Amino acid sequence: MSALKRSMTEPGITFRTIIGLEVHVQLRTKTKLFCGCLLEFAALPNSLTCPVCLGLPGALPVMNREAVRLAIRLGKALNCTIADFAKWDRKSYYYPDLPKNYQISQYDKPLCQEGWLDVPGEDGVGRVGIQRAHLEEDAGKNIHDTPGCTLVDLNRTGTPLLEIVTRPDLTSADQAYAFCTELQKLATYLSVSEGSMQKGQMRFEPNVNLAIVRDGIEYRTPISEIKNLNSFKAVRAAIEYETRRQLQDWMADNSYLFGERPHENRGWNDGRQVTELQRSKEQAHDYRYFPDPDLVSVEVGRNAALQGELNRPIDELPVARCLRFQAEYGLSANDAETILAERATADLFERAVEAGAPPKVAAKQFVNVWSKLANEYRRSIAELGIEAKRIGALAKMVEQNTVSASAAKTVAAAMLDSTDGPDFLAEQLGLIQVVDEEELAKWVDAAIAANEKAVQTILTNPKKAKASEGFLRGQVMKISSGKADPGRAGELIAKRVAGLKDQED
Amino acid sequence: MTTLTETVESIRAGQTTATQTIQACLERIEKNDGHLHAFVSVDSKRALARAELIDNALKAGKPVGPLAGAAVAVKDNLCTDFAATTCASRMLAEYRPPYNAHVVECLERAGAIVLGKTNLDEFAMGSSTENSGIGVTCNPWQPDHVPGGSSGGSAVAVAAGMVPAALGSDTGGSIRQPASFCGLVGLKPTYGRVSRYGLVAFASSLDQVGPFTRTAADAALMLEAIAGYDGRDSTCADQGVPRYAEKLGRSLEGVRIGLPAEYFGEGLHETVRASIDEATKVLVDLGAKLVEISLPHTSYAIACYYLIATAEASSNLARYDGIHYGHRSKNAQDIMELSASSRGEALGPEVKRRIMLGTYALSSGYYDAYYKKASQVRTLIAQDFAQAFEKVDAILSPVTPTTAFAIGEKTDDPLAMYLADIYTISANLAGICAVSVPCGFDPAGLPIGYQLMGAAFQEETVLAIAHQYQQHSDFHRRVPPL
Ligand SMILES: [Zn+2]
Repeated sequence: MSALKRSMTEPGITFRTIIGLEVHVQLRTKTKLFCGCLLEFAALPNSLTCPVCLGLPGALPVMNREAVRLAIRLGKALNCTIADFAKWDRKSYYYPDLPKNYQISQYDKPLCQEGWLDVPGEDGVGRVGIQRAHLEEDAGKNIHDTPGCTLVDLNRTGTPLLEIVTRPDLTSADQAYAFCTELQKLATYLSVSEGSMQKGQMRFEPNVNLAIVRDGIEYRTPISEIKNLNSFKAVRAAIEYETRRQLQDWMADNSYLFGERPHENRGWNDGRQVTELQRSKEQAHDYRYFPDPDLVSVEVGRNAALQGELNRPIDELPVARCLRFQAEYGLSANDAETILAERATADLFERAVEAGAPPKVAAKQFVNVWSKLANEYRRSIAELGIEAKRIGALAKMVEQNTVSASAAKTVAAAMLDSTDGPDFLAEQLGLIQVVDEEELAKWVDAAIAANEKAVQTILTNPKKAKASEGFLRGQVMKISSGKADPGRAGELIAKRVAGLKDQED
Repeated sequence: MTTLTETVESIRAGQTTATQTIQACLERIEKNDGHLHAFVSVDSKRALARAELIDNALKAGKPVGPLAGAAVAVKDNLCTDFAATTCASRMLAEYRPPYNAHVVECLERAGAIVLGKTNLDEFAMGSSTENSGIGVTCNPWQPDHVPGGSSGGSAVAVAAGMVPAALGSDTGGSIRQPASFCGLVGLKPTYGRVSRYGLVAFASSLDQVGPFTRTAADAALMLEAIAGYDGRDSTCADQGVPRYAEKLGRSLEGVRIGLPAEYFGEGLHETVRASIDEATKVLVDLGAKLVEISLPHTSYAIACYYLIATAEASSNLARYDGIHYGHRSKNAQDIMELSASSRGEALGPEVKRRIMLGTYALSSGYYDAYYKKASQVRTLIAQDFAQAFEKVDAILSPVTPTTAFAIGEKTDDPLAMYLADIYTISANLAGICAVSVPCGFDPAGLPIGYQLMGAAFQEETVLAIAHQYQQHSDFHRRVPPL
C-alpha cells in the first residue's frame, strides 16, 4: 500500500484502470433450460434431475421458451439488438460437473448484441457498452467435503444463465460495483432474475488491466481475469487489489506487460482480501464450438410468445423512473430510490398517488412508516397487502393535519389487522388531531413544568435551543398521546418560553 | 416364414396365440442364435408375461393394438428400462437406462412385444457388425459372411426368422445395407419422421430409427407405429402420420422413377447391376416411367459424411468418461486420467478412430476447412435431391456396390469399409427417406437389394412402389438355409 501511494505520487507517472465484466445472471424460470426439472435452491442433492440434465445416453434437450423470453426482455432493456434466431452451440470441455462434457451455449450468434447500460456515478451517469448477452446452461457442483472423495450434485445442471459481457468501458472499482448493483436492480425489476446473491444467482468475472503513462509513453499490463466473484463487495475489493498489484508488479519489473506476459486467471481469497494466481492451463483451451444438432434454431419472429416480448415496449427502467419521481412528485433522490428498490412497491406508491395521496407525504410514509412495518413482518411494502386507496387516505389525513405524523404510525399498524379506512381507525384510537387551543395549552404547560432544564437551555444556550424546543414538542406529543398538532404545539411552546424570558428580563 | 402382417392377423383371428408366437420365436433363437449371434440379450420371461396379457385381453374381447402379440427385436442402442442398453460397447456393458426410447414405447403401446436387444457395430459405427464389443454377428445366408451393419443383429434376427420385424438405426446406411445383405426390406425414414428420444446418438443430424421386415407392407405397419411427433425431440417433425398400410395399393401407372447416372458407374459389381436392371424392368411393366437424372455432388458425399458424422460423434461420445455411469478405470491417479483411462480401456478401435477424426475436424484452425465446408457441401447434396424430385417421384439405385463380404475381409482397411457406404449416405445427408428392397441373389446365394429414395416425408411413395414390386417378385419369400 505504502509503495503504491508513493508511486502514485511519483512525478511523471499516471495510470488508469481498464475493466470489462462478464456477469452470469440466473433467469427466473420455473424449469431448467433444456428439460422439465424444477429449479429450487438447496434441494436434496441430485433430486432435481432427469435423463436430459444427467446427460444420459439417448436423452435430448428441448429449449425452454420462457428463458429465451426473459433473455429478450433483459437484452432489450440493455439496448441490445435481438438476433432473429435463437441458435445453440456446443462448447466442449471435460469436467465432472458437466455430465455431457459439453455445455450448450450460444457462440457465434448470441441472442443479444451491442447495447449499453447507463450507470449513475459521482461524476454523473456513465455509459457502459454491452458487447453481447447469450444464453447457456449452468454446470453442476463438485463437493469436496469428504477427504479423498469428490461428490457431484447435478441439481444446478441446466439452470438457465444469461452471460452478459461488457465492453472494457469501466474505469474504477466503484464504477464496476455500481454497474453490478444497477444490473441486479434492472434484472430483478424486470422479473428476469431473482438476483439473489445468497443463492449464487449472479456471478461476476472482472477482466482488469492498467494503462500506465510514464514520460508520455503508455504501457499496458497483462489482463487478469478474476474468476467467479459472488458479491458486489468482492467485485470492488478484488478490482482495487488487482489495480494495486498490477501497478506494483509493473513498478518492480517494467517488462510486466500485455503481450509479453500471459493472460492470468486469478481467484479471489475473501479471507486474505487478495487475488491469487490460478494454476494456468498448459495450453489455450480449444472448446471446439459447433452448432448443436439436437436443437433446431428457433426463429424469434415466428414464435408468438417470443415475438410478443420482442414487440412489447420496454418498461420504464429504474433509473428513468427515479428521475421522474423526483421531477414529477418532488421526492428526494433517496426517498425515490428507497421506494424503487422493489418494483411492486413503486407501483403501489404510484397507485396511491393516483388515488389522491399527496406524493411527498406518501413518500415519507413509505420510507418511515410502511417500510418499518414491512421489515417487522419480513416482507416488502407491497406484500403487506394494504390497498393503494387506504394508503393514500392516510397520507391525505397527515397532509390535512387530521392526524399527526407520529399518530399515523399507530394508524398504519392498525390498518394491517383491519379492512377499515384510516379515518375510522384514527377515530377509534382517539388519534384525531385536537385543534382545541385550551387542551393544547394544558399539554404545553404540563410539558414546560415537567422539563425546566430544557426551558433553561432554550433561554441560555442559543446553540442548543432548537433541539430543546424539539424535545419539548415531543413531550407534548407524548402527554397528548399523539393527539396534539405538532406544528401548533411548537408555536405555543415558543410563545410560552418567550413569555418566561420576558419575565426574567 | 410368416410376415409381421400375417402374424398379427392370425393372432387376432384366434388361429394362434401371442404366447405360441413368442414361444416359436424363442425356439428359433434357441436353435440358431448360438452360431449367428444376432442378439445381445433376450428376455423370454418378460416377453411371455406380456404375451399372456395380450392373450387375456383378446380372450376378454378387449381392444388391442395393431401389432398385438408380434415379437420384435430392437437394436441395442435403443434405451430400454427392462434390459441393459450396451451399444455393443464395453463402456456400457452393464448400463441399464432408467427410461424407454420413444420407439420402444410406441411399439409396446401398439401391442408388440420386445423380445430382445440385437447386436451392432459399437455405437453404430461400422458396416459389418464386426466392430462389436460383444462378438461378430453372422449372415444366415452364409455364416462366414458379414450381415452388414451397423444394425446387423436386427437384420439377422428377421432374416433367420427369429422375429418378424426389428428396429435398427440408420446414420449412413446402417439399416438399408444390412437389409440388402440379408435379403430384407429396410426403411430409413425421413429425418424427423421418427423421434430419436432414447436412441443413443452417433451423429445426431443423421441418425434415424427404422424397421427391418420381409415386406414393404410390414414396414408400413411398423412405420405407422413409430412415426409421429414427440415433444422430447426438437428435431422431430410435427406432421401427421399417413396410414401407410392403406396406401400400398396405389398403381405405378405413370410413376416417374429416376436413375441417377452417378450411382451406376465404376465400382458397381456386375451381378448387382444385372439384378437391379431386372427389377427396373418389372417396375416398367407395372407402368412406371424411367427418367435419367443426375445428382452431381454425389462424389463428395463420402468425404462430407465422414466429416459431419465423426464431428458430431466426437461430441456425442464425450459423455462416456466413467464418472457418472459406464466403465470406470481402476488405474487412474487424477480426474483427467480417470476419464482418459476409462475411455481408453472401454472404447473400441473404430470408435476411437472416429472420435479422433471428428475432434480434429472441429478443432480451431480446422473447423472452417472441414466441418464448415462439409456442412456447405451437405446443402449442395440436399439441393441435388430437391431438384431431382421436381422431375421424379422416386429415385432408384443400388444399395451397395457388392453383396455381403467375408468376415475379416475388410477389417484391416477402414477406408474400403467406408467406401461401401457410397450409395446410402446421401439420403442421410439430404434428410430424405429411402428403402432397401430384395431383388435377387448372386451366384454364391447371397442376397441383392435395390434402393428407392423418396422426397422428405414421401415414405408412402417408396413403400407403395416397393409393395407393388413385391407383388410381382418372390425374393423376399426365400428362406436362408438354416
Ligand atoms: Zn432435468
